[in-house]
Amino acid sequence: MTETRDEIGLEAGGGVRKKFMFVNRKAPYGTIYALEGLEVVLISAAFDQDVSLAFLDDGVYQLVKGQQTKGLEVKNFSPTYRALEGYDVEKLYVEREALEARGIREDQLLVPVQVVSAREMGQLMEQQDVIIGF
Amino acid sequence: MALTVGGNTIETDEEGYLTNLSDWSEDIANEIAKVENVEMGPNHWEVVNFLREYYNEYQIAPAVRVLTKAIGKKLGADKGNSKYLYELFPYGPAKQACKIAGLPKPTGCV
Repeated sequence: MTETRDEIGLEAGGGVRKKFMFVNRKAPYGTIYALEGLEVVLISAAFDQDVSLAFLDDGVYQLVKGQQTKGLEVKNFSPTYRALEGYDVEKLYVEREALEARGIREDQLLVPVQVVSAREMGQLMEQQDVIIGF
Repeated sequence: MALTVGGNTIETDEEGYLTNLSDWSEDIANEIAKVENVEMGPNHWEVVNFLREYYNEYQIAPAVRVLTKAIGKKLGADKGNSKYLYELFPYGPAKQACKIAGLPKPTGCV
């Protein structure tokens, strides 16, 4: 693992820029993990780090279009994933196997993502300095 | 805490943010602005309306950095900078303008 862009970090006041990956594995509702994870991502965006998101297992449901939460009586927070671009969080990786196992196509997702194989996801994880799972 | 506007009592939290976003109206915005010592002019409304549109679309109140950038994109670089926004809302555009816009406190804003 390498520290990247140290010179940029120094310009920004001596901080070190690290590669953070937030790994989302759970369905959007029923537990608080998905919403809390998204909030942590939004907050971390203020610290000028190299942030990416990974969606595995049931976590891929977080990105599916057309979520209806009225019956659950909770807020539909899925539009917030579309705000990530404005926070300069543009690296969203979705595991192909997780999509296929659930019959979800890429065009059913809310935001542009990179669909990667489980193997490629492993390689991406290998490159990170910090991995935080939700 | 609560605000009284036109004989109606509107619930707010202890910091003055509306409890129910759907309670918001321009009269209520003016009332919150009064409490905040902000005199609402066209430039203030422009930011407040922008925030309401942003919230409608994304379901969050933006961080200041994101707000500044988005305003610059939509209203021009002369408005998309923190100096301009802090002149309008001296106690912080995200905090004060969000409150007036009836939005929740921005995520990560302390």
